[in-house]
Amino acid sequence: MTELLIGTRKGAWVCRDDGRRGAWRLEGPLFLGQIVNHFVADPRDPGVRLMAAKTGHLGPTILRSLDGGKTWSEAGGPPAFPKAADPAAGRSVGHTFWLEPGHAAEPHVWWAGTSPPGLFVSEDDGATWQSVAGFNEHPMYPQWVPPEAGTPDGPLLNQIVVDPRDPAHMYIATSTGGVFESRDRARSWSALNKGVEANFLPDPYPEFGQDAHFIALAPSRPDRLWQQNHCGIYRLDRPAEVWERIGKAMPAEIGDIGFTIVPHARDADSAWVFPMDGTEVWPRVSPGGRPAVYRTGDAGRSWIRQDRGFPAEQGWLTVKRQAFCADAADPLGLYLGATNGELWASANEGESWRCVAQRLPEIYSVTVAAQA
Amino acid sequence: MVQVLLPSQLYAYSGGVSRLEAKGAAVGEVLDDLDARFPGLKFRIVDEQDRIRRHMRLFVGRLEARDMAAPIADGEELLIFGALSGG
Repeated sequence: MTELLIGTRKGAWVCRDDGRRGAWRLEGPLFLGQIVNHFVADPRDPGVRLMAAKTGHLGPTILRSLDGGKTWSEAGGPPAFPKAADPAAGRSVGHTFWLEPGHAAEPHVWWAGTSPPGLFVSEDDGATWQSVAGFNEHPMYPQWVPPEAGTPDGPLLNQIVVDPRDPAHMYIATSTGGVFESRDRARSWSALNKGVEANFLPDPYPEFGQDAHFIALAPSRPDRLWQQNHCGIYRLDRPAEVWERIGKAMPAEIGDIGFTIVPHARDADSAWVFPMDGTEVWPRVSPGGRPAVYRTGDAGRSWIRQDRGFPAEQGWLTVKRQAFCADAADPLGLYLGATNGELWASANEGESWRCVAQRLPEIYSVTVAAQA
Repeated sequence: MVQVLLPSQLYAYSGGVSRLEAKGAAVGEVLDDLDARFPGLKFRIVDEQDRIRRHMRLFVGRLEARDMAAPIADGEELLIFGALSGG
């Protein structure tokens, strides 16, 4: 069975298939009214699920289930910055944006990224969280996270990636400074943004300052990094340090703007993007009102449009950073949630798409929980 | 003891109870007492720098409390409201 965990602006839902990814059944809501930025199952322990939640009124917290979603409790110590000597100037977590299960060799470890940008770690399945000083107190933090920078929902530490070969090797993506790398389990960080454009800054190729919408390792080749940036689609094959703008190969009328990129579970040369209109005033909807994903099968040298099943016209979808994902089945399944509350699925690597749920609240996050 | 009025947003902590008693001579102490009984409640009202969250409003009687040091006397009421409009 495939289970999709859906976080929305008004609560969470679970969507389960019939075992063949043919029929889908929606269950919920969970925590109706809570703003759920991320809802993630632990691949190391399928019983563990975490949800990053807040409401319009109440501060942010982490909700936890240790029994596969049957019962829930709240973190005893959610992510929070250390108390400042001058509380008026101290940082406070506005919301937790990203939850990342730790390395396979580190059971019970989770990482969290917040707004304003902060990195936090839990070693007890999300019950208590500690501020990671290596990033949050880094001498360069004020430059990497300028006070006025950020997205409409605030500046973000929007992603955490742990190298499956080495728990000490990590990447983070931010909306204010771009991508950073650590080789000592988050104790120290350095910028990794060479070749990535920031067309909203005086120096369009700065050392840091980029808006890294999404980064992903190719699971079958962890030296390969994909990035959907505010300014295009990029690939980096380590140990190289200069990103290549593979989005230049996208059709000019579509462009290479979007929020997310999804690598193939087994084919390191394949990945998908969901392009959005980045022209003039940045509508950030499907270009021309014709939704499509684009797939590369040759590491970004060319892209193929996949739009079968999506509306042929008047389909103005927006898909946010956490709302496009893949399972690991063969053929691979793809899932995306749109801000109009529609959940779309493909069971054949993007060749055709079907709307499997609609009229949900604005979808923020879609993740795959489990597969039998 | 002081009387506390909780908004509906916090019923998940209090088991649906809107009025209860707590102890403390300042707003922060009252919230600490509540948090000891309903873990997690305080952090959803007050951030890690002890600032009252933007869309929460606290009153001691009719006087708005701006920080955790605001005094409260035995028999007084601490009124907690969620204050947010929009969809």
